[in-house]
Amino acid sequence: MIDFAFLADTMLKLLGALPTTLTLFFSSLVLGLLLSLGVVAMRVSRWWFLSMPARFYIMLFRGTPLLIQMFLIYYGLGQFPAIRDSFLWVVLKSPYGCAVVSLAMCTAGYTAEIIRGGLQSVPHGQIEAGQAVGMNPWTLLWRVIAPVTLRQALPAYSTEAILLVKSTALASLVTVWDVTGVAQQIIQRTYRTMEVFICAALIYLVLNFLVVRAVAWIEHRLSPHLRERPQGVPTKPVPEATPHS
Amino acid sequence: MNLLQMLSFGDTGWGMALLKAAAMTLLLTLAALLIGALVGSLVATAKLSRRRGVRYLGDAYSILFRGIPELLVIYLFYFGGASVVSAINHWFGGQGYVDVPPFLVGAIAVGLISASYQAEVYRGAFIAVAKGELEAALAIGMSRGMRIRRVLIPQIWRYALPGLGNVWQMSLKDSALISVIGLVELMRASQVAAGSTRQYFTFYIVGGVCYLILTGLSGRLFNLAESRVQRTQRRNPAQS
Repeated sequence: MIDFAFLADTMLKLLGALPTTLTLFFSSLVLGLLLSLGVVAMRVSRWWFLSMPARFYIMLFRGTPLLIQMFLIYYGLGQFPAIRDSFLWVVLKSPYGCAVVSLAMCTAGYTAEIIRGGLQSVPHGQIEAGQAVGMNPWTLLWRVIAPVTLRQALPAYSTEAILLVKSTALASLVTVWDVTGVAQQIIQRTYRTMEVFICAALIYLVLNFLVVRAVAWIEHRLSPHLRERPQGVPTKPVPEATPHS
Repeated sequence: MNLLQMLSFGDTGWGMALLKAAAMTLLLTLAALLIGALVGSLVATAKLSRRRGVRYLGDAYSILFRGIPELLVIYLFYFGGASVVSAINHWFGGQGYVDVPPFLVGAIAVGLISASYQAEVYRGAFIAVAKGELEAALAIGMSRGMRIRRVLIPQIWRYALPGLGNVWQMSLKDSALISVIGLVELMRASQVAAGSTRQYFTFYIVGGVCYLILTGLSGRLFNLAESRVQRTQRRNPAQS
């Protein structure tokens, strides 16, 4: 009943497209994270001419579907000679480049809000303590604000990373041959929807599982002080206070 | 043709088509939200069940529908649905290939995806209902149905509303993906208009603005509804 030869063949074809999906994911994740740092820095600024554009950016990219953003970049921008002649065309002339740019810009909007949420959770007392011991703003950011923010933002960021893995599937609609694109092609040729769907779904589920595990591992590494001390490990003896004579 | 002519509501403009498409997007999202509420509350009940097997089923649903790209789910229901319907048709002696209505497929696909997120919202809301209130209801001898109707549902509704707002926004954006199976909603209409006028940039911007208006307005509405259901609640001292 189950056609294993067809399943294996489909799986091999889909795995052939896996590198495209993976590179789409990683490049847009890294680019999006860098972009979101800029956006969030502007968003929390106390000057309106910095925070308003960031607010607008976030509203724009969170308020519209990714598909329309991708089509706007892929079909819309190519229509202007000014863009076709500029250095941007190196990236935007390929479907793959457009997909990465739109994925990164979209995820940056969501990530900026996640980071902002993390920033707000930094206890005010810790910042004041840092200032009291005379840290300059950069040391304060690096030593106090960034580590706390990172720990707070990680759980939400893992959700965002999974959404990004799922969003890479949209790249198939601007003719990038990723796993979903190849799956759709096989379905249209063979009309054996269920088998192909199971193979493709399996790939994405494994991918998402790995993403969740990776983020959980990072979170574990970043919070040793919040874990219970393992049993049986001798604790450092506390030096006895020498009595004042 | 200038911008105003292209967007006019007359015969030469695309205004009417876009307006109809926006209505279709709203209708589709509404249908999806209803299907999602139905399935989502079932999944939430399964997740809260005392039996381990039922709990696993609920969890499996969440993992599947939150881990698989929406596009794949839509393909599954579109192509798979067509195969199933055709097979049934053959069974009864019909001929050829039968298409399934894209609206139905879209509403079911987006609805089932939305159900996996709604299930989490309902589960969280159920847990947030104070145990003492349920015990009090039990103590004064309310029946099971009455406890659910008078104590649980009004509170779950209240706690779930902010989360439902987020799910609504998500479904609204997911509904754009239904354009790939040919339903003329906002995304598809922008595509058609862009293709036939060759003004891709203009029409995708217009389509995007329409989506922004929809998400903005519905966000406003959800905020209003939230403040309405919360007016009988004591203000959280941390927020004042």
